[in-house]
Amino acid sequence: MAFKRDKKEEEDGGGNIFQNLEKTSVLQEARTFNDTPVNPRKCTHILTKILYLLNQGEQLGSTEATEVFFAVTKLFQSKDVVLRRMVYLGIKELSSLAEDVIIVTSSLTKDMTGREDLYRAAAIRALCSITDVTMLQSIERYMKQAIVDRNSAVSSAALVSSLHLTKVAGEVVKRWVNEAQEAANSDSIMVQYHALGVLYHIRKSDRLAVTKLVAKFKSGRMSLKSPFAICLVIRIVSKLLEEAGGEWAESPLFDFVESCLRHKSETVIYEAAHAIVNMKNTTQRELAPAVSVLQLFCTSPKPTLRFAAVRTLNKVAMSHPAALMACNCDLESLITDSNRSIATLAITTLLKTGAESSVDRLMKQISSFVCEISDEFKIVVVQAIRALCLKFPRKHSVLMNFLSTMLRDEGGLEYKASIADTVITIIEENPDAKETGLAHLCEFIEDCEHTSLAVRILHLLGKEGPKTKQPSRYIRFIYNRVILEKAVVRGAAVAAMAQFGAACPDLLPNILVLLARCQMDSDDEVRDRATYYHTILQCRDTLIANHYIIDTLQVSLPILEKALYQYLQNPSPIPFDLKSIPPPSAVADDHVAASNKIAAEGSISSTAPKLSKPQREENYYATKLNNIPEIANLNGPLFCSSEPVQLTESETEYVVRCIKHCFPHHLVLQFECLNTLNDQLLENVWVQLEPSEGYEVVHSIPCPRLQYGESASTYIILRFPDQLSATIGNFGATLKFVVKDCDQTTGLPDTEEGYDDEYMLEDVEVSLSDQIQKVSKANFGAAWEEAAGYCEMEDMYSLASMSSLEEAVANVTAFLGMQPAERSDKVPQGKSAHTLFLSGFFRGGQQVLVRAKLALADAVTMQLTVRSTDQRVAELITSTVG
Amino acid sequence: MGGLLSYFRNLLGSREMRILILGLDGAGKTTILYRLQVGEVVTTIPTIGFNVEQVTYKNLKFQVWDLGGQTSIRPYWRCYYSNTDAIIYVVDSADKDRIGISKDELLYMLREEELQGAILVVLANKQDMDGCMSVAEVHQALGLDALKNRTFQIFKTSAVKGEGLDSAMDWLSNAIQNKK
Repeated sequence: MAFKRDKKEEEDGGGNIFQNLEKTSVLQEARTFNDTPVNPRKCTHILTKILYLLNQGEQLGSTEATEVFFAVTKLFQSKDVVLRRMVYLGIKELSSLAEDVIIVTSSLTKDMTGREDLYRAAAIRALCSITDVTMLQSIERYMKQAIVDRNSAVSSAALVSSLHLTKVAGEVVKRWVNEAQEAANSDSIMVQYHALGVLYHIRKSDRLAVTKLVAKFKSGRMSLKSPFAICLVIRIVSKLLEEAGGEWAESPLFDFVESCLRHKSETVIYEAAHAIVNMKNTTQRELAPAVSVLQLFCTSPKPTLRFAAVRTLNKVAMSHPAALMACNCDLESLITDSNRSIATLAITTLLKTGAESSVDRLMKQISSFVCEISDEFKIVVVQAIRALCLKFPRKHSVLMNFLSTMLRDEGGLEYKASIADTVITIIEENPDAKETGLAHLCEFIEDCEHTSLAVRILHLLGKEGPKTKQPSRYIRFIYNRVILEKAVVRGAAVAAMAQFGAACPDLLPNILVLLARCQMDSDDEVRDRATYYHTILQCRDTLIANHYIIDTLQVSLPILEKALYQYLQNPSPIPFDLKSIPPPSAVADDHVAASNKIAAEGSISSTAPKLSKPQREENYYATKLNNIPEIANLNGPLFCSSEPVQLTESETEYVVRCIKHCFPHHLVLQFECLNTLNDQLLENVWVQLEPSEGYEVVHSIPCPRLQYGESASTYIILRFPDQLSATIGNFGATLKFVVKDCDQTTGLPDTEEGYDDEYMLEDVEVSLSDQIQKVSKANFGAAWEEAAGYCEMEDMYSLASMSSLEEAVANVTAFLGMQPAERSDKVPQGKSAHTLFLSGFFRGGQQVLVRAKLALADAVTMQLTVRSTDQRVAELITSTVG
Repeated sequence: MGGLLSYFRNLLGSREMRILILGLDGAGKTTILYRLQVGEVVTTIPTIGFNVEQVTYKNLKFQVWDLGGQTSIRPYWRCYYSNTDAIIYVVDSADKDRIGISKDELLYMLREEELQGAILVVLANKQDMDGCMSVAEVHQALGLDALKNRTFQIFKTSAVKGEGLDSAMDWLSNAIQNKK
């Protein structure tokens, strides 16, 4: 074995001499630093080893790091230049790990102001890495001097370090603006670029100052020699233009960007063109010069320019298809480019803009080289295909075939996942493609090495398979997984089979046989699932099967876990009430909708759906609210939280957002306040509320202190009125606080005494949707039948203000805050009647199902049927809709 | 033979003597260091950390560490104690209020194991100031009478005027050479 490794190292061509370093032995060697006299060669070598280890991700404990750090400080006695520069690097690396690093402040300050130019720049960088706000005052004078130093390396180091320091001490760095201004006039292009960066960073929150800064460069009072600096100005300008909205067409700022298209540096030309095509609300006249520059780049002999141009065109393909028409010819010639990345981008761009007729030809072209490009670009191709499928539904068979070939090829998880996602989107969007799509996916899982994907596809098969014309054909694929795969996949396969058993009565006997076999499985989880499903299906009771297999328990699992834990900690004679657990936020559908939207816009940045964000947010609020004793003591857990609502204009002195947290019997209003005045410190901030009748304010929790630029919350706890119809209303709100004027730079108050002040807020509106949590129902019909025994309310409404069914569906869904079931939120085209199914939970765990029959004549009429476990909730809904 | 070798070594000054300058903040440690190194008075700022310089005095090379005297930095002195040949302890003779603290720090430091063999030079600095304590008073206030098993001497100096430093360094050079 040892011999083998030696041989391998020889093959590597000498190998890496640092390969077999061990942390403990290197730390042992570092003790050499304490010896006198210092041996520079040896110490340099050991320092290199330490830096190598740190960069390899080796973790040093605080004590270890501190010990090494202090040993390194001893090396300041040596005058060896190489060693000293290594010491600087060592200090920088260790500065965040070791304690008491300020001990080298004096030594570094001396080196940065000393005569040895080789030391100065590196000393500045090391010094800034060990300096915090409190120490910064003492080196401020030296930093100012260094910024305007004649040596460009020193000046640049000081400028870049200042930029890093803004993160810890923005206010101090702001005072260096004059020095940075002077450095911006430097002859060195590097210094100029860095100075501009610092200047912009200091002023970026002040729009007017930025405009002035740009004007100064534009007018030539400050000449910019550095192409990078000009690129930076272009970026700043485009940000300004974007903030200005649509009012910029004649602006001199735009002229500046436009003039950069004729600059002599290619970098600047590209940056300007890139900026222009990415601006919003551009007209053909403004776009044309930029596009023609990009077109010129497409034929450049330099691959980087071709790549940059085609990548930019690809990104804007959907927003400016007309402008791109001019480039189509050049893009066509790039399809066969020897650089595959350029070719891929060219083809996908053409796919986005091209006509339906050219799809076949382009697809053939891609398939000729798709196996040669990297995964990253394959994903670009997949996303282009997804956009194409949505655009030309009729082409699905060509595209689907292509996707299935790609699925069978080698590839990483992300790549495969993006293909599977695309296929799933197509299946969901296009009923014609469903059967072929499912067939492709079935084939894929026959030979799929990614467990997570296989599980997802099995789940999809279980959901969609039973609704196809011939469900039986999927059973074989699924059962094959049970025989051949690992436990996780087997479990998913068992669950998928049970779905078929529950939904297709004629397959039930066969499924029962298969499930019985699975009860012999070697894995506990698989066996448990098989036994569970087998027992339920054996009852041959559709209601039970529906309840326990198709529409299973709908609760928020983290909250259920917490509640059960608490219940077990304090056992009580009352049985545990499952209804007290709020349902999980239904987000899956929203997310698919969102990603569809991205795909439709032709962006290439969309990725596979991530962990649902609202779910995490809910948990985040729940834990945060639980830290407040008054709120933690309320009956029952947090039921749901609303999206934040702005109660002020966005650019006012104080920005206040309200988040409504609904508990079973209480409403908690969280006011998130942000103080945007840098000369004021607010204390004892609270909200005076005028609640509507029936509400009772239980508690008001003020926010003790609100500093400039900080955001903090004050809370109000209200009890819901017993009368449900009184729960909906508007509350007047006023922000009350004590103001203390304070110094702008330090943030410390000038006086001890403050004065009372108040600030009017917009009304807080409590609506029906705040009290309802969305729940998705896979099988609404069954749930509706089951709810026949509940209270039912029915009423007719005329929705005069709505002109289309889509609009009505969207409005009703948003008003009730419930989850559309069975994709009933999508209105088929050309229909004049539609039925919308909604499901949700009212606070306290009352189930609510709504069926809205909509018909379109001149206006939309709606027959609304509500079934709920609580009569009062049903009444509330029918009465408020009107 | 061995004596001859050491004679040559001393002549070449191959081994640097390691000296620490310690004392409370504002006693004049950094001024003394640079007075010794370049012979001039430089403007100093409070030392955060340390300064280390090579000082040549009459063909002898010293590696002199001037450690900051602020309360927050004193705990780090001990990181630099090992292999020390001599300590120069600087006292601000005009600062009567804090002479007690200075004494405590001195005694605390002298208890360190690593410094048992080190020679001690106490400099009663700032003798140019009006109303400052005399050498005898400083000697008394620091409790140097009680010091045993230690080669030590006290000098009155004024780093700003450059007085007294030469005699202190002469004594120190001799003491170090005799110790060998």
